[in-house]
Amino acid sequence: MIHLSKDPFNVIIAGVGGQGNVLASQILGEILVSQGYVITIGETYGASQRGGSVMSHLRVSQKESFSPLIPEGQADLLIALEPVEGLRTLAPYGNPKIITLLNTRPIHPIDVISGSATYPEISNVIAKIEALSFRAWTVNATEIALEMGDPIFSNMVMLGALSAINILPVGRQVFESVIRELLPSNKTEENRKAFERGEGAVKELAGLGGRKI
Amino acid sequence: MSSIAENNPGRVALLMGNEAIARGALEAGVKVCAAYPGNPSSEIIGTLATVAEEMGLHVEWSINEKVALEVAAAASLAGLRGLCAMKQNGLNVASDFLLNLNLTGCRGGLVVVVADDPSGISSSNEEDSRIFAKLGDLPLMEPASFQEAKEMTREAFNLSERLSLPVLLRSVTRISHARGNVTFDELPRSFKKPEFDLSKPWSAFPAIPNHKILHERLQKAKEIFEKSSFNFYRGPEKPDLIIITSGSGYLYSFEAVNNLKVEERVGILKIGTSWPLPEEFVLKHLRKSENFLFVEEVDPFLENNVKELFAQNCFDLGMKRFFGKANRMIPDVGELSPEIVHSAIQTFLKVKFISRPEDYSRKAHEAVVEMVPPRAHGFCAGCPHRATYWAIKTALALDGRDGFVLGDIGCYSLGMGPSGFSQMKTLHAMGSGTGLACGFGQLERFGMEQPVVAVCGDSTFYHAAMPALANARYNGANFLLLLLDNSATAMTGFQPHPGTGFTATGRVAPVIDLKAVCEVFGSHVEVVDPFDLEATVEAVLRLISAERGVKVLILKRECALVSGKRQRRVFQMEVDQERCLGEACGCNRLCTRIFRCPGLMWDQKRGKARIDEAICNGCGVCAEICPASAIRKV
Repeated sequence: MIHLSKDPFNVIIAGVGGQGNVLASQILGEILVSQGYVITIGETYGASQRGGSVMSHLRVSQKESFSPLIPEGQADLLIALEPVEGLRTLAPYGNPKIITLLNTRPIHPIDVISGSATYPEISNVIAKIEALSFRAWTVNATEIALEMGDPIFSNMVMLGALSAINILPVGRQVFESVIRELLPSNKTEENRKAFERGEGAVKELAGLGGRKI
Repeated sequence: MSSIAENNPGRVALLMGNEAIARGALEAGVKVCAAYPGNPSSEIIGTLATVAEEMGLHVEWSINEKVALEVAAAASLAGLRGLCAMKQNGLNVASDFLLNLNLTGCRGGLVVVVADDPSGISSSNEEDSRIFAKLGDLPLMEPASFQEAKEMTREAFNLSERLSLPVLLRSVTRISHARGNVTFDELPRSFKKPEFDLSKPWSAFPAIPNHKILHERLQKAKEIFEKSSFNFYRGPEKPDLIIITSGSGYLYSFEAVNNLKVEERVGILKIGTSWPLPEEFVLKHLRKSENFLFVEEVDPFLENNVKELFAQNCFDLGMKRFFGKANRMIPDVGELSPEIVHSAIQTFLKVKFISRPEDYSRKAHEAVVEMVPPRAHGFCAGCPHRATYWAIKTALALDGRDGFVLGDIGCYSLGMGPSGFSQMKTLHAMGSGTGLACGFGQLERFGMEQPVVAVCGDSTFYHAAMPALANARYNGANFLLLLLDNSATAMTGFQPHPGTGFTATGRVAPVIDLKAVCEVFGSHVEVVDPFDLEATVEAVLRLISAERGVKVLILKRECALVSGKRQRRVFQMEVDQERCLGEACGCNRLCTRIFRCPGLMWDQKRGKARIDEAICNGCGVCAEICPASAIRKV
């Protein structure tokens, strides 16, 4: 078990209902449990799943269980599966030390589709997230998944990206053994490929870490 | 994950609270498990169904919660262990049987799990089902962690057998739908033969002697609870404040005390056996401090019971101060959070806690206000309900008599909001749309001229609307019932039901045909595909003006997520941007501004519609509504 920089280390996976948020948090949780960590995961389910904002809270500890909800302002790592959902999550849970991993592909909310609200310019969202993070990385996970034939792979691309940035012990081998146990075997090869592509495609932004706050 | 059935003591698994409860039942040797799906409880029976064959269990999705409890109770009366699981609303349905079963008692261990939904995250209400334990004089346990969810379930079976009473296990969303490490214990091997003892009838009547026996059993439960390890105190011997808490409140309290670094000043009294209250145990801790804060979800259950105990003993205990929902130190509605407990302790102890710089907070909130659009939830891309409500809206507008839609429980409850064009006008309990229609459908004689329409999902129809439909025919009500048949209990995770042709464990079952049932009740029945918009509008319009009586229109189309699991897309959709005229068309952007399927996008730069290939499920309905024929099935 690798020593955590903080205990509990708090992770939020934020996205839109239907993106596979729950599965991503479960796979990440299993990867960490298999290495001896104590994990608590809280999620939003039910009605909010139908196209609304969804969030999973993961508490990673070497010692004990914590509450399934992260206290405000105390997230250490944000995995945003959608840009404005990343920004939305930073408001209550962010802090100057937060590390962000962002999927840059937008999903337009109904109000944007209907024209009663506007989706901000994507470069402005990324810049704002960068300014509110200690370090930040981006990957267009949805684009990679679509190239692979199904947007559902985007959360596996994100896990691959997470592995590459080396914030949590998420190795390719343990990822593979977890998906073998959790997912249908005919998908193992594609999931593995998605993970690898994520590892290769992630890019770091300047972030607060490189500048004065 | 089938590892839930591994006989591998010591194994540590990451389990959802509901899976931990299922594992606890397996470790207790449960044989019969029944439920009607309802979040946040659905995965308990869902998990047990996946291992039913290998573990030799009977697991079923029952037609409703009352029948589910009767099925589990039958196992108990025959000497086997039975489990029944439900959400808070389900206990209302099952309560008629439960409040007689308490008087007869039971034999094999019988555990009734009820998962409450504070804040109503996936529910129409946020009732506190613990009240039923008091109402029915039944023992009640509340797990505070994932490990405890498993241990407590196992112990609840033992307790039920010792007391000959059903035991209530109350979970909440943040236990049931959260995950954590759980260590396995051994799975037993038991081959008990069920038997009905002819010499011992089970009757709630006569009430008085049975009520007396029930009180004696509850007294025995109290004695057992006094020694239960599910109740404990952690903290100093003379604290400034003691938090009295149960369930999810324990983890929030523990975290808040740690975060604020007030372990030397604040103790936590964690109650796992909430009814009957372990009085001696609680009194012992009431002597430790003068100040008490109650942290529990939904109603002030512990709060009121402890205050009652204090009133009975105040002469010996002296002055005490109680904080909680009564004085609004803890909000009296909505779920708890770490912040709520933080702020209550801070207010009382006058300690400061800054989780992040003020400046960061302000900048982050400003960014959201400035840039982040709202994200309302709504029907999925390709959902038949969007097409259904579109047809209802069109037909009612064409009819012009202010017809209105009585709603029911399911995904289609979203018909109250913009996603269903705000067509649904009532929302209460399972089956209530049809029940209300029985009443509204009698008001013509008083001069009401508006057409009455009820909507009801297929699973909801079997659960609670069948009696209402029989009532409508018998008493001559006049309305149109739209049965939204998407071939699944979609809202709770696509569980099968009597109309689907298979059971909880995947076995083939006879289909109880919706159309045949409605016809047996004497209704006029028609079937239409909601994706055929023209035919659906025509049928609704015609049937609301038809001869008085009960008319049923079955809107048959499989849930897009269910069909998507088999085949991702029926059609590949495409917008021909040469044909799309945008704002100049005169359609008022029918596809995006009015129909509003999330699979569509508005291409701001070109001022035309397009398909979002990451979201579109390829149902093809938008092609039908586009007046310029710019949206095409490829």
